[in-house]
Amino acid sequence: MKKIFVFCVLLFLFGSSVWASSDIPLTAQDHPDDDGSAIDLSWKYEGELPFSIWIERSENGKDFKLISKIAPAKTYITDGKNIKPGNQYYYRLKFVDAQSNIMASTDIVKAKSEAQWFNSRRTPLLVMVIILSSAILYFILSARKGKHLFIRKIAGLDTIEEAVGRATELGKPLLFVPGIMDLDNIQTLAGLNILSHLAKKVAKYDSTLYVPVSKSMVLSTAKEIVKEAYLKVGRPDAFDSDSVFYLTDDQFGYVAGVDGIIVREKPAATFYLGAFYAESLILAETGFESGAIQIAGTAMPSQIPFFVAACDYTLIGEELFAASAYLSDQPNQLGCLKGQDVGKALILITIFVGIILDILGINIITNFLQMK
Amino acid sequence: MKRQFPLVITFFVGMLVIVSQFIPHQPFGHLSDTLESWFLIISGFAILLGQLNLLKVNIIKIHRKSRNWQYYIVCVVSFVVMITIGILWGTQDQPGLLGQGSALVSFFGRKPFDYIFKYFFENLSATMFSLLAFFMASASYRAFRARNLESSLLLISAVLVMLGRTTIGTWLTGWIPENLTYLHLPQIADFIMKYLQKTGQRAIMICAGLGIVGSSLRIILGIERSYLGGK
Repeated sequence: MKKIFVFCVLLFLFGSSVWASSDIPLTAQDHPDDDGSAIDLSWKYEGELPFSIWIERSENGKDFKLISKIAPAKTYITDGKNIKPGNQYYYRLKFVDAQSNIMASTDIVKAKSEAQWFNSRRTPLLVMVIILSSAILYFILSARKGKHLFIRKIAGLDTIEEAVGRATELGKPLLFVPGIMDLDNIQTLAGLNILSHLAKKVAKYDSTLYVPVSKSMVLSTAKEIVKEAYLKVGRPDAFDSDSVFYLTDDQFGYVAGVDGIIVREKPAATFYLGAFYAESLILAETGFESGAIQIAGTAMPSQIPFFVAACDYTLIGEELFAASAYLSDQPNQLGCLKGQDVGKALILITIFVGIILDILGINIITNFLQMK
Repeated sequence: MKRQFPLVITFFVGMLVIVSQFIPHQPFGHLSDTLESWFLIISGFAILLGQLNLLKVNIIKIHRKSRNWQYYIVCVVSFVVMITIGILWGTQDQPGLLGQGSALVSFFGRKPFDYIFKYFFENLSATMFSLLAFFMASASYRAFRARNLESSLLLISAVLVMLGRTTIGTWLTGWIPENLTYLHLPQIADFIMKYLQKTGQRAIMICAGLGIVGSSLRIILGIERSYLGGK
C-alpha cells in the first residue's frame, strides 16, 4: 500500500513537470547589426493557442522577471528593454490561458548582447554612397582641371535676373519664401543657397527684397545671407535688416502672413524655394492672382503639381538642389552636378538590369537593394 | 578664421553623421539622435530671437506709421495678450503665476489661453486651410485646359481619376460585365494612381535623393558656401 502511495506521488510530480515544461523550442540570440541593445527571441509553439505569452528575463538565471505579455499568435520578439551591450541574459516563455494558468513553458535559454562595428544591412547604401561620391569627386576634379562640362539650361533659374529687373522697373518688391521647415531640412538650405544669389542681384539692381520666415534659426541664417550679399556687391548701406523677418512657426498663421504681404505689397516676383506642405497652393495661387512672376522649387513630390499649376517656373526635385551650383557657375559645383547625372545613369541601369533579372527569376539585385 | 571655422565644423559633423549611419557601436550609434537633440536645444533658444524680431518689426512699423500700420497693432496686441494670460493662468494643466484661475475656468469653460487658442486661433487656422479647396479648383481649371498633347493627357487622366474616386464613377461603369472589370472607372483610377502616378513620383524622389546626396556632399566638403553668405 505504501509503495502504491509513493508511486502515485511520484507519478503526480513527474506528470505535472511534464505538463509544465514542454518541448517548445526557444532560441535567443543577439540582435544583428545594432549597438548591443536588443536580443531576438523566436519559438515554435504547436499546441492549443494560449490566451497570452509571458516573456520572463533574468540576468543570473534565477530571478526571472516578467518583461512583456504578447499576443499568442506571435513567434518572435525583439527584446530591447534595458539591454546593455556585453551582458548575458536568460529567458523563458510561459504560455497562459485566460485565467493566467500556465499551459506550457519553455526551457531557459541564454544570449549575450553585443554591439557591432558595422551595420551589414546598410552595405548596399554604403556601396551607393561610395559610387556616387566617387563620381561626384571625379567630375569636380575634372572640372577643376578645366574640362568643359555641359549643363542643360534651367529656365526657372535663368528667369531670376529678368524677375529682378522687372521688379526694379516697376518699383515693386520681390518676395522670397524659404518654406516652412527648419535649417535641419536640406531643402531649406537649398532655398537659402538660392537666396544668396538672388540677394546679390537685388542689391545690384537696388530693388527691395522681403524674406518672411517661419523658423527662428532660418531667420538668423537668412539675415546673414542677405547681409553678406549686400556686402559682396559693395552696397552694405542698402541692406535693411528688417527686410528679413520672422512671422510665426504655425503653418497657416505663416500662410496668412505671407498672403497678406502678397496682397498688400503686390510683389513683382515671388520665389517659393524650400520645403512646402499644404500651404504651397494657397501661397502660389495668391501670388498668381497678384500678377507676380512666380518661381517655385521643392522636392516634396505631393506639392510639385500645385506649383506647376500655379507658378510660371518650377524647379522639380533635384533642380532645387542643383540651382545654387547652376547659378554659381563655378567648375567645382558644376562638376558635382555632372557626378549626380552619372549616379542617375547608374540607377537607371541598375533598375533596368534588376527588372530583367527579376523577370528571369533571379532576384540578386532586388534582394541586395532591399538590404536583406 | 570667421569663414573657416564653420566650414571645419560642418565637415567634421557631416562626416560623423555619415559614419554613424554605418557603425552602430557606441559612441557612433546614437550620434545622429544626440546631434538632433542639440539642434532642438539651440532652436529652442532661437525661438526667443524670432519673437523679439516679430515684436521689433511690428513696433517699428506702428511707430513710423507705415502703410497699413493698423494691422500691426492687431499682431502686437494679440502677442502681448496671449503671453500675458499664458503667464498669469497657465495653459491646460500647467498653473500660471496666479494659479489655475478657477473663477475664469468656470466662466469660460477652460483657461483663458486655451479658450482663445481653441475658439480664435484654431478657427482662423482652419479658415486659411479651407481656402485650399477654392484655390485647388481655380488651379485645376487652369491646369486642365487642353492646350497641347501633354495637357490633354493630363486632363483625361484627371477626369478618369476624379470619376473613379466618386460614386458616380462606379454607377457609370457598373453595368460593364465582370470579365471586363479593368474597364470599370474605379479600376482605371486605381491603375493610374498605382502605376502611372506612383512611377512618376518615385522618379522624382530618386532624383531628389541624388540631389540631396550631391548637395550634402558640396556642403560637407565646403564647396557650397552660399549658406554662409558666399565664397
